[in-house]
Amino acid sequence: MIWSRHNTSFLSRADSALTQVTGSTALVVAVLLGLVLLLLIKESGSVLSDGGWTSFFVSDGWYPQSDEYNLLPMLWATLAASLGAVLIALPLGVMSAVFSRFYAPAWMVNPLRRIMVLLAGIPSVVYGLWGLTVLVPLLGAWMPPGSSLLSAILILALMILPTVSLTSEAALSAVSPASLQGAAALGLSRKGVVLGVALPEARAGILTGALLATMRALGETMAVLMVAGNVVQTPGSLFDSVRVLTANIALEMPYATGDHRAALFASGLLLMMIVTLLAWLAGRQQGGDGRGHAHE
Amino acid sequence: MKTIPLICVALGVLMMSPVFAESQKLVLTGSSTVAPLALEIGKRFEQHHPGVRVDVQTGGSTRGVNDARIGLADIGMASRALKPDESDLTSYRIAMDGIGIILHRDNPVHELSDEQIRAIYTGQITNWKSVGGNDQKITVVNKAAGHSTLELFLYHFKLNNREVRPHVIIGDNQQGIKTVAGNVGAIGYVSIGTAEYEQTYGTPIRLLGMNGVAATVDTVRAGHFPLSRPLNLVSKGAPNLLAQQFISFAQSQAVDDLVKAQYFVPLAR
Amino acid sequence: MHMSKQSLSISDLNSFSGRSSTRLSGDVILTALVWVAATLVVGMFLWLLGDLFFHGFNKLSLSFLTDAPQNSGREGGIGTILVSTLLILGVALLATLPLGLGTAVYLSEFAGGKTGDKAKQLIRMSLNMLAGVPSIVFGLFGNALFCIWLDMGFSIWSGGLTLACMMLPLFISTTEAGLSSVSNEWRQGASALGLSHAAALWHVLLPAAAPAITAGLMLSIGRALAETAALIFTSGYVDRMPESLADSGRALSVHIYDMSMNVTGGDETAYGSALILIVMLVLISSVAVSLTNRFLAQRITPS
Repeated sequence: MIWSRHNTSFLSRADSALTQVTGSTALVVAVLLGLVLLLLIKESGSVLSDGGWTSFFVSDGWYPQSDEYNLLPMLWATLAASLGAVLIALPLGVMSAVFSRFYAPAWMVNPLRRIMVLLAGIPSVVYGLWGLTVLVPLLGAWMPPGSSLLSAILILALMILPTVSLTSEAALSAVSPASLQGAAALGLSRKGVVLGVALPEARAGILTGALLATMRALGETMAVLMVAGNVVQTPGSLFDSVRVLTANIALEMPYATGDHRAALFASGLLLMMIVTLLAWLAGRQQGGDGRGHAHE
Repeated sequence: MKTIPLICVALGVLMMSPVFAESQKLVLTGSSTVAPLALEIGKRFEQHHPGVRVDVQTGGSTRGVNDARIGLADIGMASRALKPDESDLTSYRIAMDGIGIILHRDNPVHELSDEQIRAIYTGQITNWKSVGGNDQKITVVNKAAGHSTLELFLYHFKLNNREVRPHVIIGDNQQGIKTVAGNVGAIGYVSIGTAEYEQTYGTPIRLLGMNGVAATVDTVRAGHFPLSRPLNLVSKGAPNLLAQQFISFAQSQAVDDLVKAQYFVPLAR
Repeated sequence: MHMSKQSLSISDLNSFSGRSSTRLSGDVILTALVWVAATLVVGMFLWLLGDLFFHGFNKLSLSFLTDAPQNSGREGGIGTILVSTLLILGVALLATLPLGLGTAVYLSEFAGGKTGDKAKQLIRMSLNMLAGVPSIVFGLFGNALFCIWLDMGFSIWSGGLTLACMMLPLFISTTEAGLSSVSNEWRQGASALGLSHAAALWHVLLPAAAPAITAGLMLSIGRALAETAALIFTSGYVDRMPESLADSGRALSVHIYDMSMNVTGGDETAYGSALILIVMLVLISSVAVSLTNRFLAQRITPS
């Protein structure tokens, strides 16, 4: 049923209903975040108050038994692992999306997409298990102990690859046929069309995918816990054993009480803030609302 | 579109059913080590007591103790002894779990003295050749802070966690086993029962004896093996009738086979 | 719009390959790169899948799919677990789809002047922050909100709703990106035809954004099925057949975790369950794709 306007001056009933309904769903989402923040702040309160939060950066190390909670080594580890993973997954993911859109024979497209969806759905514990039983021994034979920053980076890259690939592919699909046809009419090679027209136009969607992937990498717990080694130290080389913030929460939460527990929640809060910062930066990079534009 | 009202009705019925269920429920939360055992004991208990449901949830020993304390759970599960500040609760031991040192099967070292182990874990000895093995870097595997296994290990070897220089820190037993199995130069410590099982199944690890006593489930049961921890059910005050029945059942001989099936050590009677 | 037929045909592009030698080699390099990328990805997947298959193959049988777990899950099957998993996923989708679509539509369609822009910024920020919360924290949050405060206890409700909270940022981002990338020509054309905004949305814009919505949906379902830590604290550990949505039920991912990391000798079950989970994902995503196509994509065709 198509609801057409009877009168363009006043909002039709369907439209005013639409505004209200969608507005209220959006409100629910905002409220949800508020609740999560509330929980995090409440639980980390005891250790954040009275300027206690400075201890997160100046203490001797992470020694909960003696009330010392220096988050810096784990923070660096988290950033290093996620950044490394994105550096690998972004080019790979975008290129496989380009492959799927422009180079693959028609019969390959759907199976390839299916494989991506499957990779996205494998639980992190399975990735971790595979990493622990296959990847870590391989790396360990090269350079002990095997459980290291490098294995964390590789596993994370594998896990966020589907996100990058699928969103990039969707973004490339949205590139208007007019642009592509125009480029072809101008005599551009396939490389020219891809690099000069399709990728630039799909840039917003690809960046969204990259951002989602980075956030996934930052929040990943189980798989990294199993392959990274979990020693609290600032990573000096790719082969050092590291502990990321999320793995720390998972390892110690079941046994933490009082201030220790509050410190763990505080590290969760820190993670959230990093992600928000990243998202804000990405938003500024994109500018506008990235809407597709009509071609003259 | 007629299926939609039908689905709604079905959902409604599904949601309403607890109103009509008359079963009594027993809730246990706590240690994920004890949970599989408690689950199986619970299933057998349900068979003996129709109309009773035993729900087991995990979350860690500390959570189990806390939940028992505030009444969120009827019984808590803890893979350790109660701490001094938990003296308002009572613990009921249902099994024992020995802790043994494991090496990779291809590691020629067959015996290590307490001093050697201490030196390895504090980073003073870094190569297997110093203790009669191959020229191979030692990969020290330690448990994460808070685990009772770690605390027992440190206590026995008179170590402070700050002195330990680990290369890998693990969370669960299985992670420890798989880490050592994948690295010829690794040394770690896990539950003896689990290690025994993995050995028989061909996983490339080997249990080390301690102070001349072999690390087997039997020596732990006989009390000869120095390192072991209790697996406990805890409750605050006097447990209600159903909980009391469950606890007695869990401590009885009727569940010895279940304890062994988890590769724990049944209580010596 | 059919996804696979939307792009220009390969032959059209090929016939316009550059003639100079530099352009040709650049083309060759890019072609080689993308083929390598695709092969690498498929290779990794096959390696992973092969490893799973090798370790879990012995467990696969019809009784594995229908029996309840016995002996802590090392014997018997995963029938009850599959039921719990599907119920949890159902609840999660029930909450995510309307909330997600609504919010995405709001963000992309309603600019609404100053207050609207502020609201949009607030919501976008909320979504990004939600996306950054580690899953174990979500588990504790879900436990505090749904199990304790709303008194749902360890239940499928709690698990599904917590999962919905985790799926929302992903789903909304991809759907909104899809809607935003639909060119304004469509909106202008619909308005010129006298369509109300609601009608334009339903008949034109959502179908046009269908590839992105489907991608978002599949990613979200994948994420939901893969989630472990959050479910341990909300839908729980009980492996019995759930009698209602208020019962605790073990999700497949939690089962895999327990079998591989906690129970001695559960490795084979873990690998077998992982294989089943992958099959489930394939089936569910196929259903999701065909449903989306039926209701959305096939309503319009590109000019």
